Amino acid sequence: MKFMLMMHAPRGNGEYQISHWKPEEFRAHIQFMKGLNKDLREAGELVGAEGLAPPGQARIVRSEGEGAPEVTDGPFAESKEFLVGYWIVDVENADRAYAIAGRASTAPGPGGKPLGIKIEVRQVMSAPPDSL
Amino acid sequence: MKTTGEHWLRELAPQVLGALVRRYGDFGAAEDAVQEALTAAAFQWPRTGVPEDPRAWLIQVAARKLTDQVRSESARRRRELKMVSETPPQESVVLPPDDTLVGDDDTLVLLFMCCHPALTRASAIALTLRAVGGLTTAEIASAFLVPEPTMAQRISRAKQSIKSSGVGFALPLPAEQRVRLGAVLHVLYLIFNEGYATTSGPTHQRVALSSEAIRLARAAHALLPDSSEVSGLLALMLLTDARSAARSGPNGEIVPLDEQDRALWNQDAIAQGAQLVTDAMTRGTAGSYLLQAAIAAVHDEAQRAEDTDWPQIVELYAMLGRISDNPMVALNHAVAVAMARGPSEGLSLLQKLDHDPRIQNHYRLDAVRAHLLERAGNVTAALPYYQAAAEKTASIPERNYLLLKLARLKAASSPP
Repeated sequence: MKFMLMMHAPRGNGEYQISHWKPEEFRAHIQFMKGLNKDLREAGELVGAEGLAPPGQARIVRSEGEGAPEVTDGPFAESKEFLVGYWIVDVENADRAYAIAGRASTAPGPGGKPLGIKIEVRQVMSAPPDSL
Repeated sequence: MKTTGEHWLRELAPQVLGALVRRYGDFGAAEDAVQEALTAAAFQWPRTGVPEDPRAWLIQVAARKLTDQVRSESARRRRELKMVSETPPQESVVLPPDDTLVGDDDTLVLLFMCCHPALTRASAIALTLRAVGGLTTAEIASAFLVPEPTMAQRISRAKQSIKSSGVGFALPLPAEQRVRLGAVLHVLYLIFNEGYATTSGPTHQRVALSSEAIRLARAAHALLPDSSEVSGLLALMLLTDARSAARSGPNGEIVPLDEQDRALWNQDAIAQGAQLVTDAMTRGTAGSYLLQAAIAAVHDEAQRAEDTDWPQIVELYAMLGRISDNPMVALNHAVAVAMARGPSEGLSLLQKLDHDPRIQNHYRLDAVRAHLLERAGNVTAALPYYQAAAEKTASIPERNYLLLKLARLKAASSPP
């Protein structure tokens, strides 16, 4: 079963909160994430993972079919959280996906304390292959 | 390995691997060596012709590769450690005389090893396809839609688990045979299902997992011709796969059993499957695969949907329910009862399942209830259950089918 683990962070001013951390705090955080990814890769569970650029650079694109698509600043000025990165994992069951998300959530922040990051876990739907 | 020898090579791969594991014990190293030997054969045989005894040729080449590998590995370790005295004993491995390895067919032992209950299901599936099925890691990765390194890692972890668990290369003891065979059949069943659930329309990129599962089940049946559960599983696969041309539309949409064009069903596969069921049924107590195959045979042998012998299917599901406490069986039993005796009897059977935590949130319970309510003429009551089922399923074709059904019923029940 494949799951997408989406890591959400407080929106703040549209910049990474992480940029206000001390270097050693930042390094510990990166170290943690690298360790997590290494373990997932070695377990044969990692399908993909990416981190996303800060939301200050995000744009919302819309088109209703006529003229050039409309491109505006985003994301969602009203939303308090934004997506900072995701994993796609292929695991035995939902509990395993929750366990991975649980571990990711404890990534260390300022003072080395677990951040308690919100991770949204969604099952990836299975689809027949493209007929191409 | 897309050469003329492909078929041969795939058949021989597990036998060669079995022979090497029996002789040297190291599953991981043997597996690598066999892959190298197969690659060598794929390059050489088209040019030089297939050797007189291809199995012996492959075993010889693989054994040589394995010896080279062990030697270079220990040489490397020696260089690294600079401690010649700690040379591992494998260093002394020598090339065996020509025919000592070419003995019995070890495919069955290999199958038991790859499907060992100590492995996770995903690992057992991957390892079985690689070691017994002879598929490449890239082919397996693409069949399961994961990156190749992920699958490579999964396979290498599985080999590691086998090594560390100390599973010996031998047939399980008679006392464990039944449980261990159950694990083997479950892995083959999962491979078939994965292929059946995700394959529709032409598949140019993906290996047909359902055909691969059938091939493996045939091999298991040839090795254990008296096991009625092996016969049952093979029959179930054949009888299910026989409908594959009719079960989806041009865009991969689901065509339910009662709407399928039965002229598209594969009659050869049906005949083979039905024969296996008949033969196995006469051998004694029927297990769950055989009973499921018997149900599939009843469906497949009906000329038209309305000719289906539902009372017999009701009886078979009741038998299945007695040997396995599985809510999915109870659900299918309720459907059969509804078809045989009317939707209200089926609906009342569903009430028990509402309190079963294993199935109460499963989309199939909502989908069946919606279907039976619709058959009972209560479309208004059916709609929210179709909706709930569509929101719960993780299968895109299934969701599309349910949403389409919902849209049609809504359009038909409201004035234009």
